[in-house]
Amino acid sequence: MEPILSVRNLTKVFSRRGRERVTAAKHISFDLMPGECLGIIGESGSGKTTVVNMITRLLDVTEGQIILDGEEITGLSGKALRKVYAGMQMVFQSPTESFDPRRRLGDGIGESLRNAGWSREDTKAEVARLLEECGLPAEYADRYPHQVSGGQCQRAAIARALAIRPKVLICDEATSSLDVTIQKEILDLLNRLRREKGMNLSILFICHDFAVVQQFCDRVLVMHHGEIVEEGTPDNVIRNPQNDDTRRLIDSIL
Amino acid sequence: MAEILRYEHVDIAYNGISAVQDVSFSLREGEILGIAGESGSGKSTLIRAAMGLLVPNGLVTRGDIRYKGKNLPDLPEKELRRLNGREIGMIFQSAGSSFCPIRTVGAQLYESMTEHEKLSREEFRSHATALLGKLGFPDGRRILESYPFELSGGMQQRVGIAAAILLNPSVLLADEPTSALDVSAQKQVVEEMLLVRKTFGTAIILVTHNIGVIRAMADRVLVMKDGRVVESGETRQVLEHPRADYTRTLMSAVPRLRRA
Amino acid sequence: MSEPTVRIQKVRRNTLKIRLIVFGALAAGLLIGSIFSDYLTPYDPYLQDLMNTKAAPSAEHLLGTDRYGRDMLSRVIVGSRASIFSTLLLVAIITVTGTVIGLFCGWHGKWIDTVLMRISDMFLAFPGLVFALAVAGVLGGGLHNAIIALAAISWPKYARIARSQTLAQKETLWLKAAKLSGSSTGKIVLKHILPNIIGPILVTSMLDIGTMMMELAGLSFLGLGAKPPTAEWGSMMSDTRSLLTTAPWVTLAPGLAIFVSVMIFNLLGDTVRDWADPKMRGR
Repeated sequence: MEPILSVRNLTKVFSRRGRERVTAAKHISFDLMPGECLGIIGESGSGKTTVVNMITRLLDVTEGQIILDGEEITGLSGKALRKVYAGMQMVFQSPTESFDPRRRLGDGIGESLRNAGWSREDTKAEVARLLEECGLPAEYADRYPHQVSGGQCQRAAIARALAIRPKVLICDEATSSLDVTIQKEILDLLNRLRREKGMNLSILFICHDFAVVQQFCDRVLVMHHGEIVEEGTPDNVIRNPQNDDTRRLIDSIL
Repeated sequence: MAEILRYEHVDIAYNGISAVQDVSFSLREGEILGIAGESGSGKSTLIRAAMGLLVPNGLVTRGDIRYKGKNLPDLPEKELRRLNGREIGMIFQSAGSSFCPIRTVGAQLYESMTEHEKLSREEFRSHATALLGKLGFPDGRRILESYPFELSGGMQQRVGIAAAILLNPSVLLADEPTSALDVSAQKQVVEEMLLVRKTFGTAIILVTHNIGVIRAMADRVLVMKDGRVVESGETRQVLEHPRADYTRTLMSAVPRLRRA
Repeated sequence: MSEPTVRIQKVRRNTLKIRLIVFGALAAGLLIGSIFSDYLTPYDPYLQDLMNTKAAPSAEHLLGTDRYGRDMLSRVIVGSRASIFSTLLLVAIITVTGTVIGLFCGWHGKWIDTVLMRISDMFLAFPGLVFALAVAGVLGGGLHNAIIALAAISWPKYARIARSQTLAQKETLWLKAAKLSGSSTGKIVLKHILPNIIGPILVTSMLDIGTMMMELAGLSFLGLGAKPPTAEWGSMMSDTRSLLTTAPWVTLAPGLAIFVSVMIFNLLGDTVRDWADPKMRGR
């Protein structure tokens, strides 16, 4: 089986005039298999956010390759890049801030569909269906981000991400800012959607909480100072860490 | 152990809307009391009332908050200011942002100390370095000479705790002290607060949504939801054998690491 | 917060709607009045009555007559077309130009941003009067050229605001989400950036109307703007300066008109600024 997302030797160096060069990510390589949920865990400054921003092409790559569904997307821009987003979507850490405060939730959720050429009526119907699939009443399409709770907003964000039926869903600390009971609801929702017929969703799950990764992910990569220091199933990594940094991280968990 | 802080049937309202209802509890000397709850539970509001930090929109509408016999909401501002720092210390989620960025840590700690006590710079320096040493800082002098931005987030938080206990208060109120920190920094801060209690006998009220921190630190815990206390008791008892429905829901939602 | 401050804030918040309606109506009235000025004059503003020159204000001539016996009220009303209309045109030009340039710079960055911002710095460096003199010298006087001169040095302010607002918008999560939704640059700018930056720009615009009116009148007063026979308040004041001691109403009438107009637009601008401030609206 071919990986749905393949990252090879991904490197990012930030250089600014008059300042030292900072290597935020060094030679990152991994594969995401179809239907798999791969966790990326690391503390702040580990480079996981940089890696995610490069994969989604929101940040230019210094070195390396990104291959999505067999197509190399590393150097794409403009119209070609916009087409790529039909296969890859993201859910962000701050749900309310990931929606334009001046637009209704329905506008945001349907934006990818309208861009793909869907009519206004078809989009409206699909948005209603998506909201209900994600556990929200269809009327929420008319609400503004500040009118709903964080958990509800994240459900809308998931609806938005899945509208275009992507193959890869990237969750960037998607539950970290939510209350623990809401976090459970969102993880349950993601699990349900993942296993739904016809979805065949592969998830890249960025998180700082080992316990969450253990219950949600099939495999995990541990990042430290811009590099992948360990790889394996969550159980193996937690019980038998090979790397010193990983061991320190796991020992710190209260 | 003597009781030093007591909340009696306290109601608090923000802009007329009830935020805390009928909360009663007491804190004994040297005890660590955890207040657990999710957002909107009223836990932060509860301890801010003790420091007079509810103004201008919040108000204690019923009940008493007694510190060593005095009712805190009734105290004139001048007396409250005298208590803050000297007898009741407070640490917030981001201690770093409560530091002035253009002055050294030492200068700011000296200033806050001289608000309450007259002492020379030399006396302060030896007191502060001794305190930092006791709390496990390898080089106290260097910390005092640093600017806040030169310290990492976890370090800033730990210095914030040291600043709060500079005058040896009997109570330390901690409002989400570890929430903005990485896992490793969290552990260091928790260890530091336990050390503070062990060395100086300071009682601590710890408000947090992080059950792991509560489990690691608190002797007793109050679980809050929608402004009310739904369950209280010894930490191990409440966390492992919850009786209230909400506590059960909360505990089942907390992800637990399976180490073996 | 001290008691009086809280009370003042409450009063300002409660009267927000009323103030918005009142000042909005007054400003609209001024604008409509200036457009239909020809129909509003009680007398023909150009009709001379040499039997009744320099008459003091009376029931017949509310603002008196000038040295040729022309009704001052009518002249002031007719002058509003040039004064108010030109001002609004000027403000519209600098707002649109500045916003477009600032948005472009903020979005693209890199060398084009540097070049355009240095050009804007250049224009900012000129004092209005000096530049207007230069333009007058090159292009000749007249109201049109005064507008050009003032527009050239006033757009940088809006460009800066639009640029910094655009830069802030680029960092937001919702913009990243919009990119991931496959929205093109044009769509992102129109749907997400423009609506979010227009607030502060509009408020600055409103507050600038009063200032620009003064600048335009000032240039006309100095003879660099409107020239006779164009009726314009600034030039009217200048022409009749010599009458200040003998028939003061002739100079003061257009001056009063400027004063009242500027005040109405400033009050409207203050109210719009309060309205745009989320704290004031109690959100």
